[in-house]
Amino acid sequence: MPHPALASPDTLRDALAQTAYLADDGLATVTWLAHALQRPLLLEGEPGTGKTALAEAMAQLMGVPLIRLQCYEGIEASQALYDWDFPRQILHLRAVEALAGEAREGQVAELEAELFDERFLQARPVLQALREAPCVLLIDEIDRADDEFEAFLLEVLSTWSVSIPELGLVAASTPPFVVLTSNRTRELHDALKRRCLYHWIEHPGLDRELEIVHARLPEVQEELAREVVTLVQQLRADETMVKPPGVAETLDWARALTALGQSRLDPEVAAATMGAAVKYREDAERVRVALDRMLTR
Amino acid sequence: MTQVEGWSPGQALGGFARACRAAGLPVSADRERTFLQACAATGLGDRARVYWAGRATLTAGPADLEPYDRVFTGWFGGRPMQAVSRDEPPAPTAVQASLDEPSGEGEPGSEDDLVRVAASAQEVLRHRDIAGLAPADRAALRRQFGTLRLRHPTRPARRHTRSRRGEVDGRATVRAHLRNLGEPTRIRLRDKTIRRRRVILLVDVSGSMGSYADSLLRLAHTVVQESPHTTEVFSIGTRLTHLTRALRERDPDRALLAAGETVPDWSGGTRLGEAIDVFLRRWGRRGMARGAVVVVLSDGWERQSPELLGEQLRRLRSLAHRVIWANPHRGKEGYAPVQAGIVAVLPHVDDFVAGHSLAAFQEILDRVASA
Repeated sequence: MPHPALASPDTLRDALAQTAYLADDGLATVTWLAHALQRPLLLEGEPGTGKTALAEAMAQLMGVPLIRLQCYEGIEASQALYDWDFPRQILHLRAVEALAGEAREGQVAELEAELFDERFLQARPVLQALREAPCVLLIDEIDRADDEFEAFLLEVLSTWSVSIPELGLVAASTPPFVVLTSNRTRELHDALKRRCLYHWIEHPGLDRELEIVHARLPEVQEELAREVVTLVQQLRADETMVKPPGVAETLDWARALTALGQSRLDPEVAAATMGAAVKYREDAERVRVALDRMLTR
Repeated sequence: MTQVEGWSPGQALGGFARACRAAGLPVSADRERTFLQACAATGLGDRARVYWAGRATLTAGPADLEPYDRVFTGWFGGRPMQAVSRDEPPAPTAVQASLDEPSGEGEPGSEDDLVRVAASAQEVLRHRDIAGLAPADRAALRRQFGTLRLRHPTRPARRHTRSRRGEVDGRATVRAHLRNLGEPTRIRLRDKTIRRRRVILLVDVSGSMGSYADSLLRLAHTVVQESPHTTEVFSIGTRLTHLTRALRERDPDRALLAAGETVPDWSGGTRLGEAIDVFLRRWGRRGMARGAVVVVLSDGWERQSPELLGEQLRRLRSLAHRVIWANPHRGKEGYAPVQAGIVAVLPHVDDFVAGHSLAAFQEILDRVASA
């Protein structure tokens, strides 16, 4: 029984908007396709363009849990799949020993079955997702993981199942909706890209970003939202920025200014709260220049 | 729909996928199949749907979007779907000032006669014909590059393997206890494994480096072949070009050909500072340069602004594990690092080495290995 919001790309776009995630037609179409074809969705784009937020919005509208796996350099399959609770296993062994006295030869298998039982299994995100499907599995910043990990993921995402030596095969009854995000710190393997549907997310234009601010932060004054968004758009157009602010930064900044009771962009307060939007010393100077330009018009 | 009247939908879509492949997009058979499935799911009534279905299935990166749009418009007619700004930085406007040939430097025939004469030092964005190498030279080069020894630098990883020292390995210990019927045995230990460190080569292909660019790219090819997944290569000249994919081609001559077709600014002017700035912004700071060994292969002949170059090197070094600068002219008689560009970068490099001969290349590789 598919969710009514997933009937077509258009209904999905509207349903996402209900959760205050404003997707353009392209993103809505690709997301809908990923669901229809049961393929993972691979999102690339600048930081702060809403890659992670899409997974959150999808979980919200489908009414299913969101399971998140944050990748990092050196992440192993065991951290993504499962681990055994060793201290408890050892305690259990000691307890059995204390109660039973001398263990006999034939009991090893029995003991082993007890030890490698559901009780001692610690499911990690990927295994959780396979078991709890339907759900949304977010694999964040896959580009930070290593090649081996990518190969492992490819296997899971192709078969929607994983084999645990001590327990047997765990297969998802319905495939989870998988979103992978990448910041392009390295090229992903083509095999993984081929398995996924690929979408490059752009920074939104001025009008859409303004809509996003209103949708996410209804408490922000119209005038303030317009000024913040205009300024951020200008900063993004500036090729020399070390790190141009993303939508996430726009929202943080608007939130900070509103928390201070601002309804207009005041140069003093803007300069004081700039840290919400720009995170590099070299950029702060550029923001000051842009502020002066904007407020002296 | 212009081109596709009288065709079956399958023919039209399949043809479009093949047209994308012809335009250089990574369209494999299974990608084509996924594209057809996607179109079947969205329906063919809506041009935009087909556009997005194709973009999600036939492209693999921001660089593919521009050719994709071109092919789509050409194949299905109509207006371009959308004029979005791309991640690619706009091409810098051409500098009109001509680049003086550095006199007495890089003279052909002085060092090794494998290299070809540098092209004019005009800022010209054109393709250079690598295929024009004489067969004898090519064979000699190949033999010589085969003699380079390369050990990839390593770093401790977060993975663990059994070892004689390190931390307690719970899994192995429990297993050992079990084998002993629950009787405690020796505690098993595990320690961190070793992984390869990322190596990044920034190869200067501007006019003043013309007589070395071929050999440097062959050197890069050697490194890429050794560790295809932990090496990244970029050319720097008037702009930055990502060459790793081209150099993964096993055959060195074909790889160089592919690289030559990728690089738009052979023998152009030099804007090292800007190119490294773009590298840091688009790749380096996001993680690629973090903890990596970065080798800049350039004479530092910066025409624009040595201060900018110095500043970029400072940023690069704050990310990288080690920065090695290889200058082909350093190995020559009477060389002194007095050029403004080199003076600006010297405080920010860990190693300043030569790079003019095969022996010098070996030294660069040794430095990389011990980094």
